[in-house]
Amino acid sequence: MKKIAFFLTIYSFIFFQSCKEQPLKVSRIEGEEIKITDSIASNKELNEFIAPYANHIEKEMSAILAYAPKALAKSDSKYNTAIGNMEADAVMEMLQPIFFSRTEDSIDGVLLNYGGIRSTINQGNVTTKTAYNIMPFENEAVVVRLSAEAMQELFNYLAKNQTAHPISGMQLILNKNGSIERNLVQGKPLEKDHFYYIATNDYLQKGGDHMDFLAKADTVMQMNYKLRNLFIDYFKKKDTIAPVTDERFIKLEK
Amino acid sequence: MKRKTFIQNTAAAGIFTGIGGLGLLSSSFKAPAKHITILHTNDVHSHIEPFPADDAKYPNLGGISRRYSLIENIRKENPNTLLLDAGDIFQGTPFFNFYGGEIEFKLMSKLKYDAATLGNHDFDNGIDGFNAQLPNADFSFISSNYDFSNTILDGKVKDYQVFTKDGVKIGVFGLGIELDGLVSKKNYKETQYLNPVEIAQEMTKKLKQEEKCDLVICLSHLGYHYDSDKIDDLKLASQTKDIDLIIGGHTHTFLPKPTVTKNLEGKKVLVNQTGWAGVNLGRIDFYLDQENNISAEGAAIEV
Repeated sequence: MKKIAFFLTIYSFIFFQSCKEQPLKVSRIEGEEIKITDSIASNKELNEFIAPYANHIEKEMSAILAYAPKALAKSDSKYNTAIGNMEADAVMEMLQPIFFSRTEDSIDGVLLNYGGIRSTINQGNVTTKTAYNIMPFENEAVVVRLSAEAMQELFNYLAKNQTAHPISGMQLILNKNGSIERNLVQGKPLEKDHFYYIATNDYLQKGGDHMDFLAKADTVMQMNYKLRNLFIDYFKKKDTIAPVTDERFIKLEK
Repeated sequence: MKRKTFIQNTAAAGIFTGIGGLGLLSSSFKAPAKHITILHTNDVHSHIEPFPADDAKYPNLGGISRRYSLIENIRKENPNTLLLDAGDIFQGTPFFNFYGGEIEFKLMSKLKYDAATLGNHDFDNGIDGFNAQLPNADFSFISSNYDFSNTILDGKVKDYQVFTKDGVKIGVFGLGIELDGLVSKKNYKETQYLNPVEIAQEMTKKLKQEEKCDLVICLSHLGYHYDSDKIDDLKLASQTKDIDLIIGGHTHTFLPKPTVTKNLEGKKVLVNQTGWAGVNLGRIDFYLDQENNISAEGAAIEV
């Protein structure tokens, strides 16, 4: 009896070995997308793991930093918008001391992109969440050194696009036909052989929105300051966020 | 391959004849078909919680805790299940901004993910930020076409991995998208991007011929399809062979069902992607059998 059992073991061992060596082939495939709906029960242990993190985030995000007496949307006006002016002015104000401490030089202008204003600011409390809404991306501030020629390309780009890309420290006035009437940096016309320091974000500097004049810059200085954090710090510094449209970028009526 | 099978069959037959007294076994025994379930996600983008009830597009959908329950139920039904992610685990909610990916990796470990590949957003806190979170991941990262040898990730990301479930060998390799122009150099540092098609050919050869895998899965973050020449999952499928399934990501493509396309040899390949933010879970079931039990037309695909 024992002998047979042993024999069986050997037999099945060889049998299974030989089967295993035979390649398996796919005979049938089924595929589907399963929607994760509220009909699927959540897991208590996981919920308890997530809750403290979620609560902390909620608390931080609802922290009140400033007050906006009026709602601000990027669609409010044509060539320059209150919300865009606020963003560009905030970059100028918050970056200037950092740039000066590193270079003993000053930033001449700021250029951001209209598409980068990701949300409106609602009337009422400005919270950390507001900063996440207007700037959900991780982009950081950079400063580029541009020649007068590159600066002219910058103004030509703005004139051609006629989009309210946020600017600060610069002025662009277009004639009724769209040609440039006047472009100024720090209130002065461009000077040949002069270099200008322009603050922007790393996305635009790397060729985003085809601002090629930024990508061609010979000197790019990383500020290691996320724009979102910059806005949070700016909101903390101000009690009231009430920017207005002005004459920094306009088109003449006649 | 064919010849080897023939010799083995003959050898086995010889033994059977020798112990014909036990012929009962040889006639009634038939190896059962094997069943492997592949579950997958892509571009979850730090979406830990479900979308709120008032969300315009995905009200009350998603949520990792519900995904956990669903996956556990599927595992009860078939323990021979692999759980995979095709990248862009990071970035999209404050969970990432506040905790840098810690929660994502810890929760994926609780869900018992087997492996993931890297998406471009997984570099958002730099290669150092990714590396810092790796101790929270009890699952493998697989990337075959990112060469990390001159980076801090050297030796921490696998070229490929072979999983064995119920005796079925499943080879998984990973393909990432070109980083230049998409991710800032200061984030990906000295990571070298290698040609996905060439690497896929190398990997399938290795997994199919050397490792003798029964199934080969490509975890891809290349994107489902571009009209340009840019490499994508559908082009990859048509330019390679021996891949059974491409699990894609990057383009946030919601497919109503997995796409069945043809490879270089005219054989069927499945390409699937589950959209974005953990709204869906992809499920592919493979039934495998001995070669002689399968019809000449190959696998029947029901999607």
